[in-house]
Amino acid sequence: MLGEGIIKGMVETARNFAGSFVDEDRLTTVQYPEERLPQKEAARNFPFLVYDGKDPEAGLRCVACQICEKECPPQCIYITKSKDRKPDHAGKPQFFPAVFDIDVSVCMSCQICVEVCPFDAIKMDTEFELSTDDRFGDLLQHKEDLARPNTYFQKLHPTDAAESDARLAAERAKAEAKQKADAEAKAKAAAVPKPSPAQVSNVVPALAK
Amino acid sequence: MLARFIILALVTVIGAIGALSLRNLIHCALSVTVAFAGLAALYLQLDSQFVGFAQILVYIGAVAILIVFAVLLTRGSEAPEQSILSSSWLKGIAVALAVFGVLAGTIVRSSLTHASLPTAPEFSIRQLGEQLMTKDLLPLEVIGLLLTAALIGAVIIAMHDKEAK
Amino acid sequence: MDQLPITFKHWLVEFAPAEYQPLVSAIISTAAIIGVFASLFALTTVLERKGLGRIQNRYGPNRVGPFGFFQPIADGVKALIKEDIVPRAADNLVHFMAPLVLVAPVFLALAVIPMGRNLVALDMGGGVLFFFAVGAATELSVFMAGWSSRNKYSLLGAMRAIAQMISYEVPLIISSVSVIMIAGSLSTVRIVEAQAGYDGGLPHWFVLTPWGLAGFFLFMIAAAAESNRSPFDLPEGESEIIAGYYIEYSGFKFALFFLGEYIGMFAVSGMAITLFLGGWHAPFEFLTWVPSYIWFFGKLLTLIAVFIWVRGTLPRLRMDQLMNFAWKFMLPMALINLLTAGIWHLLGPGFSRWLICSILVLGPYWILGRALFQAKNVGKRIYQYAE
Repeated sequence: MLGEGIIKGMVETARNFAGSFVDEDRLTTVQYPEERLPQKEAARNFPFLVYDGKDPEAGLRCVACQICEKECPPQCIYITKSKDRKPDHAGKPQFFPAVFDIDVSVCMSCQICVEVCPFDAIKMDTEFELSTDDRFGDLLQHKEDLARPNTYFQKLHPTDAAESDARLAAERAKAEAKQKADAEAKAKAAAVPKPSPAQVSNVVPALAK
Repeated sequence: MLARFIILALVTVIGAIGALSLRNLIHCALSVTVAFAGLAALYLQLDSQFVGFAQILVYIGAVAILIVFAVLLTRGSEAPEQSILSSSWLKGIAVALAVFGVLAGTIVRSSLTHASLPTAPEFSIRQLGEQLMTKDLLPLEVIGLLLTAALIGAVIIAMHDKEAK
Repeated sequence: MDQLPITFKHWLVEFAPAEYQPLVSAIISTAAIIGVFASLFALTTVLERKGLGRIQNRYGPNRVGPFGFFQPIADGVKALIKEDIVPRAADNLVHFMAPLVLVAPVFLALAVIPMGRNLVALDMGGGVLFFFAVGAATELSVFMAGWSSRNKYSLLGAMRAIAQMISYEVPLIISSVSVIMIAGSLSTVRIVEAQAGYDGGLPHWFVLTPWGLAGFFLFMIAAAAESNRSPFDLPEGESEIIAGYYIEYSGFKFALFFLGEYIGMFAVSGMAITLFLGGWHAPFEFLTWVPSYIWFFGKLLTLIAVFIWVRGTLPRLRMDQLMNFAWKFMLPMALINLLTAGIWHLLGPGFSRWLICSILVLGPYWILGRALFQAKNVGKRIYQYAE
């Protein structure tokens, strides 16, 4: 009760005051918007579409299966399937979305669309500065606004990107192996000499009897 | 010189009249504070610094607050319904004027106004202190005892309320 | 250099006709005091916010101007253009007069503080008495503000504030009486002169004596309580009673209350410097070439920094803790301090008076501290139901 607690408190605040000029730990303010805290790896805010390579139209992974549209709880994804097909990463011709719109004001960042996508085509972005002053038009993001390259995905979520790249590479390798096996089988079938018509006709009457 | 005195006297008298005749009790208390301030200014004009500042310190700083607390802690916050002036106000004013006439006549006819004014004494606070500590020591101690008794009485009254709960 | 303000003022006064010269001189002194202390107020608001911010691991205001130092201009503009809301049931005249009755006496109190050699606005025989008298007049404005708003909480805050201010006036005045006793005069100029002279390097300030040190701490604590400053800011605590007696004030009147509180803090710090810290004297003999007003304002800024530091450190005191502290601890210590100052004066210079006076000050401090702490029974809580 002799005031030593007060002295200790004042020493601590003085240390805080002096330390805030030299020490990072004693001045933990991040002056937004000039400085920003780096986001954690698992942070999520709004989805984006992944495309491989350089061309957003050709490399878009989405095949318009519309699973995410059906699974989305507030139903904020609007997909229109295309009429024709284009080849995907494994060479197989797939549909692609002619229209792919997501409404920013409706999306609740639940990540269900990411979890159900079988093609690793839609992933969560951490971008949160999406505000506009046009309440009706600007809040609907289209396919062009949503498409981002795979390199962006790898920078944003390295472990997830590594995982999905590994899976896609494995699928591609399997598809290529299958293609090679098919080609080899076809080549082998072409290399085997065709049977003569006499042998064939001898067999047929025996079979016919 | 005279103008100063008249202004200060007017302030004091208006404050005193306000203390009598305003409707709201708190306004009365505040206007008696104005009267105290006028008195303090009159003391200062007469060159007695100690009395003037003591007037401000004691009267405005403590007595006015005491009056105000007393008014608030009883019931003075509502405005009174009946009129301030009583029904026999004419008789009251007549009596007051008569008393004033008697007092004024006595003062004017006495020797105070005819004798020459003595020179104002060169008076310092040091002399006041020395006087209090040597010649007037007994009254000082008695006042101290009185104030201590008042303080103890106040504490006992306040404590008594708490124990009764 | 030291007398520069005085010579400047005399040069300005020369321009006026001869019979108006005292009036012009008084006006210039008044304008100078108001100008200097109002800008010090502006600087203090921003320094306090930045200082508190740094203590609390954050920046203070740093957007307006270089490092945020134009923030008072922004605050002033905001206060001026805010709508002045007066409650319909409020007592209009008293509501209007309350900020004025606060600000006028605190500026008056600055008139008797010597800010440099020959730099007093009013050299009176009873300077210290004038200061305390004027300080007592500020309590009236607190009451006026609280009552005129016709708000229960405002009135409650005003009652508490007045009780606090009256309680802490007693140790304030008694601890200054010990200085007056030793210096032998009520005049602030004479008290500062009594602290002149250097004694083997150390100055003759009263704070460097045992009773002076105790008196200085008592005076500072009572001063913080007088100007409603943390940790004694229960009447205006934002989380308790939402600004207490100035709830119903907005805009410029609130700014005037703020101004009055801060200028009160400056005035009472100035008095502490005059009484205990040697006024405008330099701390060491070889530093006397620095002008005297620089020393005064340096000491004032140091005391303000201590006030800000204490504000950032201590939590608010509860009302009963506050009153107990004033009456049970500070009043006995102030009276013992007075006795010690007398013994110091009577013993004459030498080592014995240092020893005796230190024991006389530290002994009761230790005893009172332990006794008051043990008297609080911080045991199990007992519940009593209302009858």
